Amino acid sequence: MEATLSPTAGATPPATAVAAFRGARYAYGATVALAGFDLTVHPGEVVAVLGPNGAGKTTALHLLMGLLAPQAGSVRLYGADPRERAARERLGVMLQVSGVPETLTVREHVRAYAAYYPAPMAIDEAIATAGLAEVARRPYGKLSGGQRQRLHLALALVGDPDLLVLDEPTTGLDAAARRTLWASIRAMLRRGRSVILTTHDLDEADALADRIVLLHHGRVLAEGTPAEIKATTASRRVRIVTRLDEARVRALPGVHEVRRDGQATEVLCAAAEPLVLELLTADPTAHDLEVSGATLEDAFLALTAARPRTHREVA
Amino acid sequence: MLSTPTHPHAAPAATGGRSMTVGRYLRTLGSETGIELLKNVRIPIFAVSTVAFPVMFYLIFGATFGRQGAGPINVATYMLATYGAFGVIGASLFSFGVGLAVERAQGWMRLKRASPMPASVTVLAKLANALAFAAVVVAALMLAGVTVGGAHLSLGAAAALLGVLLLGALPFCVLGQAFGYALGPNSAPVVLNLIYLPMAFASGLWIPIHQLPGFVQAIAPYLPAYHLGQLALSTVGAHVEGNPLGHAAALLVTALVAGAAAVVAYRRASLATYG
Repeated sequence: MEATLSPTAGATPPATAVAAFRGARYAYGATVALAGFDLTVHPGEVVAVLGPNGAGKTTALHLLMGLLAPQAGSVRLYGADPRERAARERLGVMLQVSGVPETLTVREHVRAYAAYYPAPMAIDEAIATAGLAEVARRPYGKLSGGQRQRLHLALALVGDPDLLVLDEPTTGLDAAARRTLWASIRAMLRRGRSVILTTHDLDEADALADRIVLLHHGRVLAEGTPAEIKATTASRRVRIVTRLDEARVRALPGVHEVRRDGQATEVLCAAAEPLVLELLTADPTAHDLEVSGATLEDAFLALTAARPRTHREVA
Repeated sequence: MLSTPTHPHAAPAATGGRSMTVGRYLRTLGSETGIELLKNVRIPIFAVSTVAFPVMFYLIFGATFGRQGAGPINVATYMLATYGAFGVIGASLFSFGVGLAVERAQGWMRLKRASPMPASVTVLAKLANALAFAAVVVAALMLAGVTVGGAHLSLGAAAALLGVLLLGALPFCVLGQAFGYALGPNSAPVVLNLIYLPMAFASGLWIPIHQLPGFVQAIAPYLPAYHLGQLALSTVGAHVEGNPLGHAAALLVTALVAGAAAVVAYRRASLATYG
């Protein structure tokens, strides 16, 4: 686990690296999806790649799955080129856009996918771990959205891979189904197994990952533990009517971004409590206080606009 | 095909090594062929249209013209060869063309490409399925032909017809693959039918070629289905236009051109992704 927001570029990847991106670049025509992406994942680590839509998350994973080849830089899976078939024997994947034939049952799908791997798990064990024992004989076409996602998860798991790569595993699920799926993902963590997942939800990254990588416009903005990321990114939005001017508010502790919104002042900050305390001390007349969770877009806006230099060396 | 080349700088993988054993390759192929077959037989529209339609058409036309002469043999025997060609072409074009287009759209193909299964297994499993359906449709036609159709077929001729039709199915499997990578899941069945049905008619697979209008007879030699029809006819003792080697060469050219198109379409399709 990375202890600090340390740069990862430049270092030679250790032989034990599960996955290593070095300056990986990929563009779709004129649209640059990844502009020099660096990431090293170690055995046993759970890494969340967090970013808004279009950040380049799926492209990064497709490079690691061997579906695409980097146009510059390199991508290694257990030291090998992921486009080599044998390198993928230690990899299990869950794709973002994933569907399988509707006429085949859960068990038939899991059994078929198990046959792709040299030493798969027991079929029933994979089905049970994914929470599908009750519907094992049901055709894919008759599963709920959450059950379908759990089947995709079972397919990622059944090869007993050392690395699970999950592309937005909970997209489109309601809150209850998401929590069930999180529990299934946690149940898959075993000694030495690594997980790389993408999400655009900070809570999900926080719930599952040891390390978060913030990806924006194809570059790594920051990386660290969930606690570090939450401390350095704006995670709260404070709205208050105050007589203090913008410059004065900006100087308060933990402030990332300040903007006027009619009568009110809106502040993106790491933590609300110390800010509110200072604010009310400086301006006892301040009123109409509202505190809410910042969106990921807010967090990225704060990170890119207010503190451009802090994480530059990572990219 | 059975192994991947060792990357000069790659550390050896801890499990499995670089290449698959022949035994594991065959087990994977067996499993994949089985799952493909299970998937196909559970899609009624596929099973019905590939097997039932050629047999139904054969019985309708065969019952109408069956015992009339068609050169040295009767029409029912003649049509056994041409409807056999019609049936195997359908099984090949649709199991590859529609199957691939649908599975690409689902994301199933991508899931397989990200797996450690060799790409050749996907192709061979689909091929085994297309040929299995082709064999079923030919067997069903022969059964209908000799029981109610009035066809006369020796055991040797039946074996030769089946052999020619299954070999002749291969270029159409390649053609189906090209369409499967180029077309979307909704357009694939429509486009394939628009090609398949007129081509079958103009190639003399429904009505004997010499009974078709002159301009259609002039077009026929440019259609691959015509050449398979003529090769099939040669096995049942019918009068054949041209040289069998020429028909075989035309089918080989079809396979090569379709193969090149399939490679281009595959490359285009595999680059499409999501941000």
